[in-house]
Amino acid sequence: MNGWLIALRAIVGREFLRFIHQRERFLSALVRPLVWLLIFAAGFRAALGVSIIRPYQTYITYETYIVPGLCAMILLFNGMQSSLSLVYDREMGSMRLLLTSPLPRWWLLFCRLLGSSAISVLQVYAFLGIAALFDITMPGWGYVAALPGLFLGGLMLGALGLVLSSLIRQLENFAGVMNFVIFPMFFLSSALYPLWKMAESSELLYRICALNPFTHVVELVRFLLYLQFNLSALLWVLGTTAVFAVLALWGYDPARGLMKRKV
Amino acid sequence: MTGGLDVQDLSFSYGAKQALNHVSFAVPPGRFCALLGPNGAGKSTLVSLLTRLLVSPSGAIHIAGQDLGRSPGKALARLGVVFQQPTLDLDLSVRQNLAYFAALHRIPRRGLNARIDAVLSRLDMAERSHEKVRSLNGGHRRRTELARALLHDPQVLLLDEPTVGLDAASRASIVAHVHDLADQGLCVLWTTHLTDEVRDSDDLLVLHRGEILTAGRSGEIRGALSLSDWFQSVTGAPA
Repeated sequence: MNGWLIALRAIVGREFLRFIHQRERFLSALVRPLVWLLIFAAGFRAALGVSIIRPYQTYITYETYIVPGLCAMILLFNGMQSSLSLVYDREMGSMRLLLTSPLPRWWLLFCRLLGSSAISVLQVYAFLGIAALFDITMPGWGYVAALPGLFLGGLMLGALGLVLSSLIRQLENFAGVMNFVIFPMFFLSSALYPLWKMAESSELLYRICALNPFTHVVELVRFLLYLQFNLSALLWVLGTTAVFAVLALWGYDPARGLMKRKV
Repeated sequence: MTGGLDVQDLSFSYGAKQALNHVSFAVPPGRFCALLGPNGAGKSTLVSLLTRLLVSPSGAIHIAGQDLGRSPGKALARLGVVFQQPTLDLDLSVRQNLAYFAALHRIPRRGLNARIDAVLSRLDMAERSHEKVRSLNGGHRRRTELARALLHDPQVLLLDEPTVGLDAASRASIVAHVHDLADQGLCVLWTTHLTDEVRDSDDLLVLHRGEILTAGRSGEIRGALSLSDWFQSVTGAPA
């Protein structure tokens, strides 16, 4: 086998092994969206009427509306989790091991990104499975069609995690990431409410939501789940992934970026 | 030079703070070279540069004849490293840790098990290959890391304060083992602040405030003083 693929398999395999060893992480990744779906949505459905908007063709319940947003939420939390584990790796030294491999650094980081995205996607499907048990279902083929969108979203948010991990010096600073990245990204998006609702209350917030790449991950997944294609969302996600990837490579460039601040 | 480690005119600064200032030295194959320096002398920076965690805009590093700046892949493939920080995956077995590293170095799976067995038995670790690293003591973890650093048959071995936190017996055994490796032809650079790890026959480099203060044969350098006293007399820092 080609040397690059040997490394790819080992890095992805290590991510899976770590994932299996951290059952709490899997459970919390699963419980978090379920709490939103089964508790938050139940309380909120009365307050928030969702009219018919694309890609939906009938009235839908609020629970159904937020499923794609919660899928994206899993991708978001996992992306941040992997960035946390990268910072941890750096403090623990296993990052050194990775970066002193003779393979190019971009390839090593890309392998890492693929591994963490694959795990995110698996978790999304576990969540969709449980949602289906509660009768919140999508069209059958929608589950298949959503796969590339989920994976791409996972890559985008994982790349964001890489960028953040190159900026964060210590594990302790991670709480800041929660406050300044995860929450704004999630709430300033179409995950929990359609954007026209946001426009009714504030034009400015609406504009921010429309620019938020996370919104586009949500919409890409939402459309794919209903076997429709949202080109602008796809382009947004692709473009943002490319930008984050470039920033991550810059952050991990040995001549500047993270290592220079303090190895 | 073709083999060994060669560093030419290496400088590095963190912003305004100069960490290394025109450092040049060479370690030929088959030599054990101790790099001695007090805390803050620039040892960690040098190690980061040698492993390409950092890249310096000035100077050159050759590892077994390969230019680390121009062909980092080829140079890193010839370098074995034991980092100061533990870099093992605690939840994986000794063998799994080594297999992961082997993959990072593009070693094919065929023949890998025999290779792992060989490096482990070289360090008397063969019977522990299926134990989880978490259950190993500090000395055995370090030996695992040393075995791992030898897995891809490097020509240059870099060890960054490898005995920190080990008990006396484990320390002595690792020091002796790495000296054996040098006798067998490996080029070894061993950073430390512990003078008792250095033998009179070793090469010695003293790094102080980012500069090479002294280079030569350890026994000749220290003269009649003990290495520890000599070190304190030139750097003003206790060793």
